[in-house]
Amino acid sequence: MTGGSDVTAEELMAITASRLLDDHKVVFAGVGMPLLASAVARRTRAPHLTIVLEGGIIGASLLPGRLPVSTNEMRAAYGARMLTGITDIFLYAQRGYFDYGFLGAAQVDMHGNINTSVIGSIERPRVRLPGSGGANDISSLCNQVLIVTQHEPRRFVERVDFVTSPGYLDGGDGRARAGLVAGRPGAVVTDLALLDFEPATRRMRLRGLQPGVTVGQVRDRTGFDLLVGADVTELSPPSAEEIAIYRELRDGPARVAVEAP
Amino acid sequence: MEHVTVLAARAEREAAGRQATDKRMTAEQAAALIRDGDHVAIGGTLYSRTPMALVFALLRQRRRHLTVSRPLACYEVELLLATGALDRIVSSWVGIGLPWGLPPIFRHYVESGQARYDEWSHLAMGLRYKAGAMGVPFLPSLTMLGSDLARALDLQTVTCPYTGQRLAAVPALNPDVALIHAHRADMFGNVQVDGYRHMDADMARAARTVIVSAEQIVSPDEIAARPDRTMLPHFAVDAVVAAPYGAYPHECYGRYGPDLDHFGAYAAAAKRHGPAAGLRYVEQNVDAHADFASFVAAAGPARLAALAADAGELTP
Repeated sequence: MTGGSDVTAEELMAITASRLLDDHKVVFAGVGMPLLASAVARRTRAPHLTIVLEGGIIGASLLPGRLPVSTNEMRAAYGARMLTGITDIFLYAQRGYFDYGFLGAAQVDMHGNINTSVIGSIERPRVRLPGSGGANDISSLCNQVLIVTQHEPRRFVERVDFVTSPGYLDGGDGRARAGLVAGRPGAVVTDLALLDFEPATRRMRLRGLQPGVTVGQVRDRTGFDLLVGADVTELSPPSAEEIAIYRELRDGPARVAVEAP
Repeated sequence: MEHVTVLAARAEREAAGRQATDKRMTAEQAAALIRDGDHVAIGGTLYSRTPMALVFALLRQRRRHLTVSRPLACYEVELLLATGALDRIVSSWVGIGLPWGLPPIFRHYVESGQARYDEWSHLAMGLRYKAGAMGVPFLPSLTMLGSDLARALDLQTVTCPYTGQRLAAVPALNPDVALIHAHRADMFGNVQVDGYRHMDADMARAARTVIVSAEQIVSPDEIAARPDRTMLPHFAVDAVVAAPYGAYPHECYGRYGPDLDHFGAYAAAAKRHGPAAGLRYVEQNVDAHADFASFVAAAGPARLAALAADAGELTP
């Protein structure tokens, strides 16, 4: 049984992304969709997944219906196994402990570079965005970077205005040339597709389609010439169980109406 | 890059006294230690354990040409901008919080070139304070390599003399003043914190002057009863301010949650009226009150009790 046609784009993205996380791994998650997807994974396929948040939190549990909007607040620390300093968390990442770094993106380009700093130029910004936060570090230091974002032409650009967080930079061995000796963008999850990066050029490549979506639709919603893998598959739709878990995490336990005596 | 080099900061600390004297003072007396043009590091992160009583005292003084640094900055930075106190922000992220969208007052000042925003990565902010705290001029790291953040800040690299590996050379930051909010302190400045520590210990140890506000002033015996909770020893602290609810309307781990309705009202006003809303906020919430306790009291006992209950549910 599937969740039916009332599944939102966010639910589709979070649940697809949750399936990329394997059991007994460590995920460094940003707030919002990455955290929700990680929490769904823990409740479904990866019960031993350790969630790390940049506020200094290792082994976050999360209280359904009270998910944090900041990685530094008590809601993020609920049920944690360890609380430490922020710098320490990133140093665990630099040491190689974190299997996945999990990010959203305002703008991502064909080599997986992310911009969360500025629309326009940094000297004369049209819109000055809040900035990196931990995103630059997550994409520089975690073993594999996963990106989850809505599939829109304005988000999927040929070259970001500003590289806040490095993907493969100019492609090929761009990361190694910059001194980024570890880590790599692994996958991009959207409401239309699952994408990865072609190994030689490190250009974004279509690997899977959300149910009912065509290759043409994905190309239309991508602002650059997208590579298409030889074996594009259709992704299986979210199950009713996955959707129920997602909604409980987001909204809290379903309340059963009780008649007053 | 900054006012003070790490060696000058060390020389000052070498020369300073380390007496265990009574360092208690009011927030206003402590804020008077801050001068125009200073670099002020604000402890906590985003809306957690922000030293709000101290920030309000600083706002009251209407200093000029300040630089403020913070791991992630919240709307306190917008208030400092709107009152004309701030020339430069050094941080990895400036906002109010994700649900409230882009910070309009910050955007106004930075996009018009009236204030500068030096954007570092989050780890780089931590390593800058840590290098300052360690007494070394930089720390090597893999952060920021290849990014436009590094280009915009002219971040230098260094080659490891043992392996030849190229690393970012993240420069030390020794702020003129650090403002820290803690759970407990004794009058000598032994400071204890519960829960996560953000970047506070490194920030304080890097700073030339350290001002700590605390939910409670306790006896030295109470500090000694839980020495593992002590984050700063007395000789690293210059001023101690008693400030119950001293992070309000932000949260203090285990004590009280954030007053999200208060943020929401601020964010809505800032969106509608821009910098004028920031100035009005300061007039109504800072200037109109005799002190920070009066501002906290205006929230009312019911709201404060609800925030305390929130913290009780979320922490062990």
